[in-house]
Amino acid sequence: MNSIISLSVLGVLVLFLGILKKKTWLLPLILPGLLISLVMTVLHWNMNRGLFHNMIIIDNTGVAFSAVLIFSTFLIFMLAAQYYRKVIRPLDDIYAIMIFALVGAVLMCYFGNLIMLFIGIETLSIALYVLAGSHKEAITSNEATLKYFLLGSFLSGFLLFGIALLYGSSGSFDLYTIHAYVVSHIQQGLPPMFKAGLFLLIIGLSFKIAIAPFHFWAPDVYEGTPTLLTAFMASVVKIASVVAMYRFFSITFFGIHGVWEMTVAILAGITIIIGNVTGIYQPNLKRMLAYSSISHSGYMMLAMVAFSGYTATALLFYAVAYSVATISAFAILILVREAKGNDYFGSFNNLAKHNRIEAFTLAVAMLSLTGIPPLAGFMGKYFLFSAAIEQGWLWLVIIAIAGSAVSVGYYFKPIIAMYFREDQETVLQAGPSYKAHILFLTLLTILLGFLPFLLSGLI
Amino acid sequence: MLTLTLIVFPLLVAIGLFFIKDGKWAGNLALATALIEFGISVAALVQYFLFCHCLLLFHLEWLADYGISLKFGIDGLSMLLILLTTFLIPIIIYSSLGQKIQRSSSFYSLIILMQAGLIGVFTAFDGMMFYIFWELTLIPAYFIAAYWGGENRIRITLKFFAYTFSGSLLMLIAIIYLYFRTPLPHSFDHIWLYASNLNPGEQLWIFLAFFIAFAIKVPVFPFHTWQPDTYVTAPYSGSMLLGGLMSKMGLFGMIRWMIPITYTELTRTGGFFVIFPVIGIVYASLIALRQDDLKRLVAYSSVAHLGLVAAGAMTLNAIAMQGAMIQMVSHGINIVGLFILVQYIEARTKTRSIAELGGIALKAPRLAVFFMIILLGSIALPLTDGFVGEFLILLGMFKYNAVFAAVSGLTIIFGAVYMLWMYQRVMLGNTKAATEQISDLNWKEMIPLIAIVIMVIWIGVAPGMFMKLAENGVGQVIGIIR
Repeated sequence: MNSIISLSVLGVLVLFLGILKKKTWLLPLILPGLLISLVMTVLHWNMNRGLFHNMIIIDNTGVAFSAVLIFSTFLIFMLAAQYYRKVIRPLDDIYAIMIFALVGAVLMCYFGNLIMLFIGIETLSIALYVLAGSHKEAITSNEATLKYFLLGSFLSGFLLFGIALLYGSSGSFDLYTIHAYVVSHIQQGLPPMFKAGLFLLIIGLSFKIAIAPFHFWAPDVYEGTPTLLTAFMASVVKIASVVAMYRFFSITFFGIHGVWEMTVAILAGITIIIGNVTGIYQPNLKRMLAYSSISHSGYMMLAMVAFSGYTATALLFYAVAYSVATISAFAILILVREAKGNDYFGSFNNLAKHNRIEAFTLAVAMLSLTGIPPLAGFMGKYFLFSAAIEQGWLWLVIIAIAGSAVSVGYYFKPIIAMYFREDQETVLQAGPSYKAHILFLTLLTILLGFLPFLLSGLI
Repeated sequence: MLTLTLIVFPLLVAIGLFFIKDGKWAGNLALATALIEFGISVAALVQYFLFCHCLLLFHLEWLADYGISLKFGIDGLSMLLILLTTFLIPIIIYSSLGQKIQRSSSFYSLIILMQAGLIGVFTAFDGMMFYIFWELTLIPAYFIAAYWGGENRIRITLKFFAYTFSGSLLMLIAIIYLYFRTPLPHSFDHIWLYASNLNPGEQLWIFLAFFIAFAIKVPVFPFHTWQPDTYVTAPYSGSMLLGGLMSKMGLFGMIRWMIPITYTELTRTGGFFVIFPVIGIVYASLIALRQDDLKRLVAYSSVAHLGLVAAGAMTLNAIAMQGAMIQMVSHGINIVGLFILVQYIEARTKTRSIAELGGIALKAPRLAVFFMIILLGSIALPLTDGFVGEFLILLGMFKYNAVFAAVSGLTIIFGAVYMLWMYQRVMLGNTKAATEQISDLNWKEMIPLIAIVIMVIWIGVAPGMFMKLAENGVGQVIGIIR
């Protein structure tokens, strides 16, 4: 709760700074502000209580995931100074909206009531519609925002309709009441209305996560959105949506099997196949990362399909590993787009010659996303796959593994371009603090691979 | 502690090397590291023989909740391959010192990293650690071949990577699956994995997963298609690492992991899976006969020889498995020797094509002599290293299945044919345009070859110590099977 309040206050403060036209004060306010919120979130550890008639339930899972979201946002804001350094217009609105989006994302980690879920998702989404179009002069940005808004609001309708049907059959928005309803009705079979509501809810959430076949918006929107905000979408937004889905299922269907797992498993399988196979055919890094994020949401669905004692841990670890690797990939993408004006794989040629740190960072990020040990991405995959195998989802894990093998085909494209292809030499314009930041991200990826117990025993 | 040092020391040096400036002393530092590693491994050998004849074990909890621990040990099997690794790496580094290498510090850093990975693979007694180090070796191997490689390197090395990575992922599923079939509380410890409780259906697919993963790495027919291209396009040091050491990972994995866990599947299916390496022996030998490129010829000969090793290991026969262990060491030594010689020839004549070479023996007698000795080792002449291993394998296989043994025995005949024929065309006869001006080896170039020739003869004449190590290692595996 503290984190929601402190983040909202931070957002408002940023807007006030905008009124005062103190552009240089923005980041010095935001970065410590986020850290304070992070600390406040962590202070809720082991609190385990419901607030406002269980509208918000603070438990360790929620605390851990919201800490991850705030931390990821912090990592993204560290890139902001470099990304916006040539922009003259005031940035307070963009920053403030990002923070408000984060508030929505944090709500999605804590909700105990479907209304809260909807409010969280809408807070996040509406902020994102604006952010996607924040580069007003670019036609791609306009396209992105329009596409995202039209589809997003349409699918929000599905979500709301699903929630209404669930309410209609169970008589409550409260997750625990719905759980009690499911427990008492599972014997004689759940009514069609409930199942239809569940189905619509899954569709609505799948759209937000970009699960196939509801993923078509993602590549275009990712490509059009300003790169810094794409990084935000690919990490914070993605994780928040996955966590929301996980939270819904893990509370509502606690201890109950056989209702929805197969549906989600099939969606996960399709997502992994489509994400990875289509990823190979992408001409540039940004679109490739969009498909990479699609396939990774497929992997994260494994945690939902296979509930057991430690899937939350597995998901948490995976989320951190994915988020850190994705953000470091976007950090390099920002530099390359600035230097070359585009991010076709050809622009990465011979990059390693004069930009050792940058190339190394991107290479480690790609290898981690592929799941090569001993990097963090491998441990994440290991936790997820072993949870799924334990619950008997071997066929799904085999699809996931095949997907990982296919993913070599595109994750290696930038590596090959940077290290093995000859071209004219480019020097990327990265300041020392930016370099330190990406080195930190790389180090985090490597360290988490070597010391996974830092995170794995948490929840 | 020695076990841990063997892994951690090169790991640290590799990280350090990565950051230093390019220059001559990057190579020298790497060479020094590799020599120190060799010293440590000899110390481990002494300790093994003098004090315990047992496991030199390092054990530390890592992820206790998930049953993963840092468990590394040296037993007979590990000892042989560690000695092979620490013996070959200095030679590989030394043989590349004379060349001009771009970004040399990264190059040597990757070689040393590869060494750490290899030793990790050979000493891991925890299934997950085995997998992690198994994959760790892939990254340096890929980068060495792709960055410093020759023609078409990008396409070929990506194929190599995708191929072996897919195989490893299969193995990963198998290992995780096994973990959940171990007695409670689950563990990745090798003893637990051996004791996992599988029904016949599970046995079959786990066996297949392991078999394919290892068969790709070795490579065993029909999974060998990545290998000749990769060996040819990789720089010589890369080919030596791949052919001399990385291929042994697959064979070692078979003996350490696949056979103790799924031997019932091997016995149940009779000799069905042994057929693949046996086919590979004949097939690769026949192709080797037709090769014009020296490097490609060595690559195909490697498929044939290692096919014999794989077949020997899969017969589950103590003698054949011992032979397989010895032959792994011999093959590693021989193939590195051959690659060094081919490298010297290419450096002098600018070609590897057999058709363009000839009469080298006239101009460079020392080169010809070294070539002959190593070649004889490779074709398993008695009193050379190749003979001991191949003889034991064939002996064991004969007890297992006479037909397989007879067909596999062809490898010795074919090997003699294609190798000696190649020798005749390259070394003997009259000189050609490319070999007119060829100079003989100088003493600097002879150092690695002398080391290799000593080993070729040592193993061939007095294989006692190596046999002892192989016997100890294989004894444990056979003990589990019985």
